[in-house]
Amino acid sequence: MTTPLIECRHLDKWYSGVHALKDVSLTIRPGEVVGLVGDNGAGKSTLIKILSGVHEPDKGQILMGGAPVRLRNPKDAMRAGIETIYQYNSMVPTMSIARNLFIGREPLKASVFGFGLLDQERMRQESVQAIADVDLHLRSPDALVGELSGGQRQGVAIARAMHFKSKLLILDEPTNHLSVKETDKVIGFVKGLKDQGLTGIFISHNMQHVFQSCDRVVAMARGEIVFDHPVTETTLEDVHEHL
Amino acid sequence: MPTTSSQQTSDVAQASASPGRTRAPHATKRLLKIYLEKPELAGIVLLVVLIAIFEWRSDGVFLSTENFRGVLGILPEVALVATGVTLLMICGEFDLSVGSVFALMPMTAAIVMSNGLPFWPAVLLGLVVCAAIGLVNAVVTIRFGIPSFIATLGMLFMARSLTVVVSGGFPPLLPDEIPSWIFTQFIGPGQLFRMSFLWFIGIAAIVSALLSLTNFGNWVKATGGFLDAATSMGIPVVWVKTTCFVICSVLAGFAGLIQVLRLGSPLPSIGIGLELQAVAAAVIGGAALTGGIGTIFGAIVGALLIRVIDNGLVLSQVDANWFQFAIGALTILAVVANAWLRRMGRRIRVGV
Ligand SMILES: Nc1ncnc2c1ncn2[C@@H]1O[C@H](COP(=O)(O)OP(=O)(O)O)[C@@H](O)[C@H]1O
Ligand SMILES: [Mg+2]
Repeated sequence: MTTPLIECRHLDKWYSGVHALKDVSLTIRPGEVVGLVGDNGAGKSTLIKILSGVHEPDKGQILMGGAPVRLRNPKDAMRAGIETIYQYNSMVPTMSIARNLFIGREPLKASVFGFGLLDQERMRQESVQAIADVDLHLRSPDALVGELSGGQRQGVAIARAMHFKSKLLILDEPTNHLSVKETDKVIGFVKGLKDQGLTGIFISHNMQHVFQSCDRVVAMARGEIVFDHPVTETTLEDVHEHL
Repeated sequence: MPTTSSQQTSDVAQASASPGRTRAPHATKRLLKIYLEKPELAGIVLLVVLIAIFEWRSDGVFLSTENFRGVLGILPEVALVATGVTLLMICGEFDLSVGSVFALMPMTAAIVMSNGLPFWPAVLLGLVVCAAIGLVNAVVTIRFGIPSFIATLGMLFMARSLTVVVSGGFPPLLPDEIPSWIFTQFIGPGQLFRMSFLWFIGIAAIVSALLSLTNFGNWVKATGGFLDAATSMGIPVVWVKTTCFVICSVLAGFAGLIQVLRLGSPLPSIGIGLELQAVAAAVIGGAALTGGIGTIFGAIVGALLIRVIDNGLVLSQVDANWFQFAIGALTILAVVANAWLRRMGRRIRVGV
């Protein structure tokens, strides 16, 4: 069997009194798309925040490619190839698409101690390319993200993750607040992940969407993983019984 | 807040994408697009109109060299404060203490000079005091999670009080040998500008370039535009905000120094109400109170508008007490117009 891309071992997380994660272990192999389901408050977002460097676990370990890693902040996680798309948008509405694509990772023409002149031409060109790569059609990289629809914004977020060659793409309820048509589009992106050689974690309330687009279903309840099976070996009813 | 509001607007955008929605005429769309990209444009148009009116009402005195020299002499002081305040507003914070820092910096410098410290070290010391005040503003705001509006309101009183206390009731005289000409000397065609104008243009250009041409500027806009997104993209938001607080304070102090050198003596009462003029200038120039939007150029246009109105009303022999009314009305108008235009702009989704 191949080395897991990422492995969580016995993670625990408290929020001042709330035990949000209880001894959670999860292994994800390269090329897999895992659907993570569970009721509100089950701890899905908490697990994701640990993987994306927003929180550190109180106990437990994370391994990538077999070696232990510490993800102290979002930068650490992004450097390790973990990219996260949240249910709210990780885009700044008042900035252009090109600028949004490179927030925190701007290409520079010249720099001292990490500060310097933006390479704006490269930002525009690469963002046009990145957006075309995910089959999104926007006329200009200079349009403000605030002018885009919710689905287009998630498309740009996905384009950003692809552009930075993330190894693990996490989508935390990316279809909340989207219309049916736009939801389908995002589900399409998720289905396309595997062809791009990406590994994914897809969180959704909609079990149908998970069964359509994922290889494996993992269910959480009250801070624990209560169910973990390949999609082909289980049914919707099966998952519901465990929640 | 930004989460839900942006989600709602995108819902609105979708809802209006259905057939039968009201379509804005093409020309309106074009205008909106221009406005969204250049929010200071409306200010420039207004400026031109007002200059024309005042020129006419004052029988040509308004644009005379002597009068314009007066306007341009004060402009750098107000506009430098507005530049700092705008930078801070773009990153999503607010500073009400700039008017007090404006007085405290030159007072500090004058006192250490009267105790024998040379000019430049005294200026440096004054600016360090400003930086420290900016740092305190940042720490109180960020560490304790207090709205910067309140944190810096406290600092407004404290810094003003400090200014009066250190002046000891008798403001020190500025030494004769200091090189004030570096800021006050008249230069240019018709001796139209003071040297301070060059300092101001240079500094404004640097801050403006910082905002639009560097990665730091990108972080400032992201931090103010949507804090959660900036944080999740790994931007050091605490550091970015702190830096903006410090720059804002230092610019306010520097502007105060320029005014004191122009007037020739450090009064503890200068700069009262200046914080509100600076905010008004930023807002009139298109900056949003919610952060993420605004330009330095806009703030300068706003500051110039305020100076022009002040001066123009006097020359048109209107009761000077109408000045505050005019600035107030203009500020409200600008905020309402900006908010309305932005809503419109989102709804019809121009040019995507
Ligand atoms: N920042 C936080 N502070 C305190 N409690 C939190 C915080 N985030 C989540 N929780 C709590 O942790 C539990 C798990 O939440 P979360 O991970 O968001 O669940 P899910 O994403 O599955 O809905 C819930 O009881 C929630 O109230
Ligand atoms: Mg959640």
